[in-house]
Amino acid sequence: MKLAKMFMATSALTLAGNVATAEDMANELTLVSWGGAYQASQVKAYVEPYLEMHPDVKVTWDESSGEAVAKLRAMNETGNVTWDLVDVVASDSMRLCDEGLAEEINHDEDLAAAPDGTSASDDFGDLLVSDCFVPQIVYSTTFGYRTDLVGDTAPTTVCDIFDLAKYPGKRSLQKRPIDNMEWALYCDGVEKDAIYDTLGTDEGVSQALAKLDTIKDQVVWWTAGAETPQLLADGEVVMGSTFNGRLFSAIAEQNQPIEMLWDMQSFDLDGWVVPAGLPADRKARVMDFLKFATDTQRLADQAAYISYGPARASSAPLVGKHAELGIDMAPHMPTDPANSGNVHVYDYEWWADNRDDLNAKFEAWLAK
Amino acid sequence: MSDMTDTGGPVLAADGTPLKRSLARALRRQKMRALMLIAPLLLFILISFILPVADMLYRSVQNGIVTETLPRSVVALADWDANSGDLPSEAVFAAMAADLKDAAAAKTHTKVGTRLNYENPGISSLFRKTGRKAKKFDVENGGPWKEALIDINKGWGDPDNWRTIQTYSPPVTAGYFLNAVDMRVGPDGAESRPESEQIYMNLLKRTLWMSLTITVCCILLAYPVAWILANLPMRQANMLMILVLLPFWTSLLVRTSAWKILLQQQGVINDILVWIGLVDDSARLVIINNQFGTIVAMTHILLPFMILPMYSVMQTIPPTYLRAAKSLGATDWTAFWRVYFPQTIPGIGAGSILVFILAIGYYITPALVGGTKGTFISNQIAFHISSSLNWGLASALGAILLAVVLVLYWAYDKIVGIDNVKLG
Repeated sequence: MKLAKMFMATSALTLAGNVATAEDMANELTLVSWGGAYQASQVKAYVEPYLEMHPDVKVTWDESSGEAVAKLRAMNETGNVTWDLVDVVASDSMRLCDEGLAEEINHDEDLAAAPDGTSASDDFGDLLVSDCFVPQIVYSTTFGYRTDLVGDTAPTTVCDIFDLAKYPGKRSLQKRPIDNMEWALYCDGVEKDAIYDTLGTDEGVSQALAKLDTIKDQVVWWTAGAETPQLLADGEVVMGSTFNGRLFSAIAEQNQPIEMLWDMQSFDLDGWVVPAGLPADRKARVMDFLKFATDTQRLADQAAYISYGPARASSAPLVGKHAELGIDMAPHMPTDPANSGNVHVYDYEWWADNRDDLNAKFEAWLAK
Repeated sequence: MSDMTDTGGPVLAADGTPLKRSLARALRRQKMRALMLIAPLLLFILISFILPVADMLYRSVQNGIVTETLPRSVVALADWDANSGDLPSEAVFAAMAADLKDAAAAKTHTKVGTRLNYENPGISSLFRKTGRKAKKFDVENGGPWKEALIDINKGWGDPDNWRTIQTYSPPVTAGYFLNAVDMRVGPDGAESRPESEQIYMNLLKRTLWMSLTITVCCILLAYPVAWILANLPMRQANMLMILVLLPFWTSLLVRTSAWKILLQQQGVINDILVWIGLVDDSARLVIINNQFGTIVAMTHILLPFMILPMYSVMQTIPPTYLRAAKSLGATDWTAFWRVYFPQTIPGIGAGSILVFILAIGYYITPALVGGTKGTFISNQIAFHISSSLNWGLASALGAILLAVVLVLYWAYDKIVGIDNVKLG
């Protein structure tokens, strides 16, 4: 019943779209994102301006990015892809690309060049981690701590997470091996360059888990980004990892007694993928929107609403003040030189290969 | 019997046909009509329930992707002895090069890489990286392919990778099921995984005993409530019933989050205990993010499923029975235990089956309040469906869970008897 209704609705809409535009572009755009403050920043920075330029277009949002990979696979199998543009993290974009569920992008042709003429692929640089991926923002997974619960000396390095003597109390970590294993090895004396070589051996995995074992009893494991700010606000944990934008809003917008700890922050990317197998008219509309939404100015505009760094090198100088709070955004960006003195660059390729294996070991360790 | 039919011959109906045949025809017509009436429902169940479940279960053994993507290599690899320690012959490498070229053109090489990566970590990047170059392979004149492939990625020089391809080349595999019971295909057949990778059997055991604990907690809490509901005058009973139903109608997430606020270390319960001095401020109780949290929250959430069938059964038990027992000299306890309780067993049975089966498949509540020790096997199924995309493993786990439930149901039928279950 529901399926039939949906099918009827979409076919009616595509029909209408065909008639309405001369240039064969659908007038319906279904965007998938994460909801919350992040989606709001996308609406303000590029969806609303785009709709002003194209008043015929109607945008529908679906807040399903968390399950985007599974849903896209299911849609693809039934041959009824209802999404037009999907916001996913970089590792998911690699998986979608590998599975043939996302369209490959020709970055130089499909995307706008920088104002000074630098091609899109040079402007995004190393951030183009997958052939299907158009990055929007650089975010980081980093730590926040309660200023009133850490005593006189505030934590300065990521290894303070593992120091129960100096900072007693619970800490929250994300319930996944990625980042946590690297931090554990780093704090166990492994050189930063050697982390992935070490983690590739059974001994390295045991070493990382042994280090995590020292704080296991004191860890609250989170799965949703909102959990750590909530736990910090409640005083349930003294410190915890989460996405830097979440901490920014807890600190700057809600004035919680929380500080950021940027040491060894783990950079990650978020961006768009286009589902494979879209009809021509819908694809034309998506590509048109995508080109607009990921140009230099639009990505810089987004930073006025959320503290995530724009993915284009050419956008960085254009980052200004927060749209409502009026504070300078640059010092709150993970990419700011003051914050990125010591960063951890997470190896997508390595994790794509080893994620299933390490996940099994991590889950077995968690359950012990 | 035989004496009687001997004399009469076949009994005839009014129109002369044998009565047996005529009766059968009438019955058949009746049956057809009944079937036509239930046909819409039958079709609906078939299409929306049985077929999807069957399709999902089939995925737990389905493995066609390897032969479909690498047809030539699979044939060429068939004669290779994986235990020899040598690399396969040049012919196998040439077949692989041709397969990879086609697969890269069809963009399926990464799919097969993802599939094989579940069994052998690292193989997905082998396929991804080689695939980038494979589009330019000159299959006819290129070669020798052994050197060429190893040159592109040294992974092709590792016999282990070839063994994985050979082992998982049949279109049907037991690999997912072995994985789901913490085993794997080793060089000499099925073997246990190392202890550091064993998850699922422990999780299954935990799921079963925690569901059982939750069911028992529900019985203990629901019995008195149902008894009061059944024995109060109608007006008060209805009032109380609303108190039972109100949480039942409230969103699951709201109820789970409420438990979070109550149980956390800086939460309401701990605050009260500290305030009245029962617990020291530095030693607040840990009653969430562990098994205790899951059991408390799920008992609360599933309680109505126990109360309602118990209540409807208890309502049908005439109070005169108890009075009769007492008038014949039974003590209160004997009257309850020998007369009242046995009559409520069908309600307990129905409630227990409902609660137990619902509990075994729960995953939202354990994920939110279970921490690491209070999560269920369904959390892993959800993870493999939505995050790791290993649907084969997810459906193997689901199939095992389904089988366990069916076996328990059968055992229940043998011990208690399914006729003894009443929902009202």
